[in-house]
Amino acid sequence: MNKLLSPAKTEVLLMGNEAIARGALEAGVSVATGYPGTPSSEVIENLAEVAQERNLYVEWSTNEKVALEVAAAASFAGLRSMCVMKQNGVNVASDFLLHLASSGTRGGIVLVTCEDPGALSSVNEGESRYFARMLEIPLLEPANFQEAKDLTKWAFELSEKIRNVVILRSVTRMSHASGNVICGRLPEKSRTARFVSDGSFMDPLKGPVVSTPVVAKHNLQQKKLQEAAKLFEKIPFNNYSGPRRPELLIITSSACFLYSNEAVSMLGLQKRVGILKLSCTWPLPPNLFKKYLRLTDKIMIVEEVLPFLEENIKVMAMGMLKETGIKTFYGKMDKTLPSVGELNPDLVAAALGRIMKVKYKSLPAGYKKEIQKVAPLIPPREQTFCPGCPHRASFWNINTALKLDGREGIVCGDIGCYAMAALFPAIGFNTVRTLHSMGSGTGLASGFAKLEAFGLDKPVLALCGDSTFYHAVIPALINAQHNRADITFIVLDNAGTAMTGFQPHPGLAISTMGEAVPAVDIAKICVAIGAKVAISDPFDLEGTSKIMTSFMAERGSLKVLILRQICALSPEKKGKKKYLMQVKEELCLGENCGCNRLCTRIFRCPALTWDMAKKKALIDEVICAGCGVCYSICPQKAITRTEATG
Amino acid sequence: MKMSLAKEHVNIIITGVGGQGNVMASRVLAGMLVSAGYVVTIGETFGMSQRGGSVMSHLRVSSTSVLSPQIPQGMADIIIALEPVEALRVLVRYGNPDVAVLSNSRVVYPMGVITGDFTYPSLDEIKSAFKKLTAKNWLIDATAVAVDLGNPVLSNIVMIGALAGTALLPIDRRAFEKEITRSMSADKRGINMTAFDAGMKML
Repeated sequence: MNKLLSPAKTEVLLMGNEAIARGALEAGVSVATGYPGTPSSEVIENLAEVAQERNLYVEWSTNEKVALEVAAAASFAGLRSMCVMKQNGVNVASDFLLHLASSGTRGGIVLVTCEDPGALSSVNEGESRYFARMLEIPLLEPANFQEAKDLTKWAFELSEKIRNVVILRSVTRMSHASGNVICGRLPEKSRTARFVSDGSFMDPLKGPVVSTPVVAKHNLQQKKLQEAAKLFEKIPFNNYSGPRRPELLIITSSACFLYSNEAVSMLGLQKRVGILKLSCTWPLPPNLFKKYLRLTDKIMIVEEVLPFLEENIKVMAMGMLKETGIKTFYGKMDKTLPSVGELNPDLVAAALGRIMKVKYKSLPAGYKKEIQKVAPLIPPREQTFCPGCPHRASFWNINTALKLDGREGIVCGDIGCYAMAALFPAIGFNTVRTLHSMGSGTGLASGFAKLEAFGLDKPVLALCGDSTFYHAVIPALINAQHNRADITFIVLDNAGTAMTGFQPHPGLAISTMGEAVPAVDIAKICVAIGAKVAISDPFDLEGTSKIMTSFMAERGSLKVLILRQICALSPEKKGKKKYLMQVKEELCLGENCGCNRLCTRIFRCPALTWDMAKKKALIDEVICAGCGVCYSICPQKAITRTEATG
Repeated sequence: MKMSLAKEHVNIIITGVGGQGNVMASRVLAGMLVSAGYVVTIGETFGMSQRGGSVMSHLRVSSTSVLSPQIPQGMADIIIALEPVEALRVLVRYGNPDVAVLSNSRVVYPMGVITGDFTYPSLDEIKSAFKKLTAKNWLIDATAVAVDLGNPVLSNIVMIGALAGTALLPIDRRAFEKEITRSMSADKRGINMTAFDAGMKML
């Protein structure tokens, strides 16, 4: 049995994202949508697995805005729905979210955002808590695994009560961490969809669902927010633990609650420091603050990443000075804690120790000395493209084509594993020059191509993955074609949303729920736009770079090259070698080759290693994926490949 | 009879290189401990961060409470490494004089070593570092055993078997069998059971 369907009262080990999914099931969610993005993807993946059994509709939408629209339709029809994304997805969805928050909703609807402080799997550490404040909607943040489930369930109830969308925010250390969760009851029946819209404009359940009349609806929206604040005063998810008269009060939320707890016990401060855990972080409930701010005059705020709580608490405290007295605040603004990167128990303990003038017991001096001796022996291990990764071959092709062209062409990157080419230039052969949000590479390329009149006359390339193409590239591509932007646009098509775990996208003939659906063909879209289109296998180095070079030489129009090769980690490919690779020792010239070890210094495949003793290239058969590409790069033809059998 | 933890909270780190099955090893171990009645918190990162880079799972086992998903520095009790240099990387950050280390001896060279920009420590240097920085340590060639069994990916399960052999944690063959019956498809259980047994025998 899928553990997401465990019977009530059983205790199971759930990842934060699984707990959120279970919470939604317990709330009776009918429709769940999202766009993949680490650390959020497992919520939808898990719901998709139980979709049939729980009578759900689950969809990976083309992007987060569409995902939220699909989920909102279900809410308008009285169903409970959820929409899941990573932090920057909220930016994509935000235009609709603004209007949704003004029109109001019907069935409970929860926007789940899983954010990435420290950017462990992102190219930003943006956070969406400010959206809750800016767009005037409630914000909930679970602080442990049980709460990830329970608070999700309650989020639906809250949304339905105030008839508006609710944001539930998690972070990597909650979403991808796991802990014990006691399951609740799963509802027996699912709801029936019914959309009524012939009532008056101001009727929240029967009128048309619109944000007009704007001022009247805005007024109504603010009343809903006040109603939420009232509920937050009493809800047990916000709670205090600690002494009756603490010397210092920590106010914290999300994973930072666990760090704070740990820091207090690491320093043995349980009798001196109290913790107010907030799981409802916008709007702040004023009476709760009147009660707890009185406990002490020293307040420490522990949160990730920006001082969101700190700002809001300080503003609120200013308004209640008479009741609570003057406070000293410790947080991000006075640099007690960093306002960039993620926190952890050590950082919180160090800050807390400084305030409380307590020292944390450290390691014996002799041990520390030994550590200092060992540390320099450890070579760094940077991320790299996997053995057999099509991107390594694609960037090899791009690099070759740029060199042959000789005009120092500009390559605009995009979001996917291939973004690593911009993060660690050596693994992308120093080709990628820009990296921003999904689809931005093509928009930027469209702009660079227009700078010729101002003296920037270089070939311009843009690249993106297949899922990114559908997500945000199409408008930029149409822009390029319509405005005669001379760009070579490369699609790194590896047949799925590979980086986040092979979620299907519109290019595949299978839906999130495993049904047969029409595939939307990238090549046909590009042809329809009017671009010149070619398709190539990036493992065919010679053929691919020939097309690329000719595309770059052709002036004045949009050219599209689709590089098709399935991701090395995809279920259909993983563990299956196409070729058995070998280095012929007698042919390998080692350091004397004159190629400066093209194979092991430049190509950078973890499976193509260097035999330190013999000073020759060596295939690590345990790691080699058998893609066969390195066969084509050795000028000596010392790397051989034979078709693998069986 | 229920075996018990050596301390009220036990901090375990499983480390290796992306693709070695770190996450799976931590899930299997955690599942066994939850079944045994413990509160387990696992902290890990995956996604893009695992593409060939160093990976780590933090397992915190307690008889009572939920702990932070990140172990504080210098606070590891047990380190299980699927790759020896990763054992060292974790040791210098989370080690202390009481730590126990169980490490695979099979080397996966980082890219910077392959390119010649960095040197990989010798086996003697690794052994000597283990000796100085741990209370107990085991260095075993789990990958060789896994390759003999037909798939190097089984190294992680060989290591879990070896961990059971160390008797550092309240886990045994029966607990492993129960866990994989729950979490693995029937066709995979036999070979994983064999890998576990082979690992247990290595100590």
